[in-house]
Amino acid sequence: MIDRRIAIAVAILALLAVPYAITEVYYVNIASQILLYAIFALGLNVLVGYAGLVSLGHAGLFGVASYAVASLLAAGHGHAIAILAALAIGLVATAGFAALSLRATGISFIMITLALGEILWGLAYRWISVTNGDNGVNVATRPMPFGIALTAARSFYDATLIVFLVAVAATAIFVRSPFGAALCGTRDQPRRMNALGYHVWMIRFGAFMFSGLLTSIAGILFVYYNQFISPQALQLNASAEALLMVISGGAGTLLGPVVGAGLVVIMKNVVSAYIERWNFMLGAIFVAIVVFMPEGLVPGAVRLSRSAWRAMSRAKTAVAPVAERKP
Amino acid sequence: MTALAVASLNKSFGGLRVNTNVNLKVEPGERRLIIGPNGAGKTTLFNLITGELVPDSGSVVLFDRDITRLASRKRAHLGMARTYQIITLFAHDTILRNATLALLGLSPLRWSPLVALERQQHLMAQAHAALKRVGLDHIAGRPLAETSYGEKRRVEIAMALAQNPKVLLLDEPFAGLSIDERRDVRELLVAIPRDVTIVMIEHDMDTALDLADRITLLHFGEVIVEGTRAEVVADPRTREVYLGE
Repeated sequence: MIDRRIAIAVAILALLAVPYAITEVYYVNIASQILLYAIFALGLNVLVGYAGLVSLGHAGLFGVASYAVASLLAAGHGHAIAILAALAIGLVATAGFAALSLRATGISFIMITLALGEILWGLAYRWISVTNGDNGVNVATRPMPFGIALTAARSFYDATLIVFLVAVAATAIFVRSPFGAALCGTRDQPRRMNALGYHVWMIRFGAFMFSGLLTSIAGILFVYYNQFISPQALQLNASAEALLMVISGGAGTLLGPVVGAGLVVIMKNVVSAYIERWNFMLGAIFVAIVVFMPEGLVPGAVRLSRSAWRAMSRAKTAVAPVAERKP
Repeated sequence: MTALAVASLNKSFGGLRVNTNVNLKVEPGERRLIIGPNGAGKTTLFNLITGELVPDSGSVVLFDRDITRLASRKRAHLGMARTYQIITLFAHDTILRNATLALLGLSPLRWSPLVALERQQHLMAQAHAALKRVGLDHIAGRPLAETSYGEKRRVEIAMALAQNPKVLLLDEPFAGLSIDERRDVRELLVAIPRDVTIVMIEHDMDTALDLADRITLLHFGEVIVEGTRAEVVADPRTREVYLGE
């Protein structure tokens, strides 16, 4: 228990130190991107990992919140109103998304979310009077919480880090709660859960809303990070990328999606500067993960280190009796 | 007042009539055994009683309350619990978590996303007590995947009993068990107090017969014989349908 607290404290200090360790603005921005995508992946993981419902339309929900902020700011509203309204709009969109897609599970669920995501992308692309179509919407300024300007890369990183830490803590509390346990139950044995007195649909709906909340928060951070939003952010590609973050890091684990977000963002932005065919690299890495750690990087690393530990202690105990036998 | 009354229940899957005009009246505290060859419609009858299937016609009444159209989960809250013929447990979790989920199902706490489940002392104590009842408390922390088949059967029963049911439906609780395990489960069932009404499906006549007060024989979805243990065993139709010549 104390070990864990120390580990958490060290991790938070390390994250706080990032902008000081890598002073280059470009890399600080990459770090901010990792954190905001990690929030997105945390949200998607609530559905994919804990509810067993794979969504391929989450970029649509991400985009709804982004466009809501951008449009409200463009209409002349303040940041506070834009952010709160975007969260509300994001949650309403999530509720509609959930109500339509939770009629099914498995492959059918994936297909419905895919279709809904594409509809939202289509709206962003074609509903030009609201979204400005392919040209996108510009966001002139970043907010100033408590009078602190977030214009600089470092201050934006700090703000994103705070939101990220709150999101991780909220997810940790959520998955350890009775509701989280019930959610995992509906993933593994929905029939039994129903017979035990649980409202399976409502539990899934609640999980979807939490997922939508985190996704909307990530969408809002995204639009402030880029100060621009275009239909590209809602593409199927973006949904698939988020899903890859969750699966490569380890679905159904707390930190898996965070690691996955780091992997994908680094591949996309850093490695692509050195290797032209970075998509090929990313693909090769995913194949390697699927082959060697099908459960994802985080649980895979835990498994490997445990078996290494076991092999080491076994080697020790195997040697010991021989030594004792000596007279 | 009858604990469980099934009246003129019908269910077809396409052209196949799996339950035809089934009538059943189980008194409070009774132990009712339902027997019948494979495909007689026993498990379908259970699924109709618990609400996993909706009957084509007829009614299911639990303590004078018509529950024919009531959702499965609401029947659990009215005091109906069941076990499954095919083990239906949470395979990735520990034995303790399985029992906890059974208790949580009837607790308003199940909606809470803000408290830590492990810290709910009362609930955890109840879960340990439920496991103690079936003799599994000493391995409560063991992952279900690492338990024997017999232990899984007992977890099934522990989960049903943890819900403190008024009517307990047991679907082949002895299926696939060794002789020793059968004896253990049998003792467990005998120890259930009489304020719980039990309806049990069982193939294994030798183990189950002397647990039952009354026996219902199903064949091709119809009730062929119903009566006390002696009556049903002595009935020539039982021999014809079930026990063989």
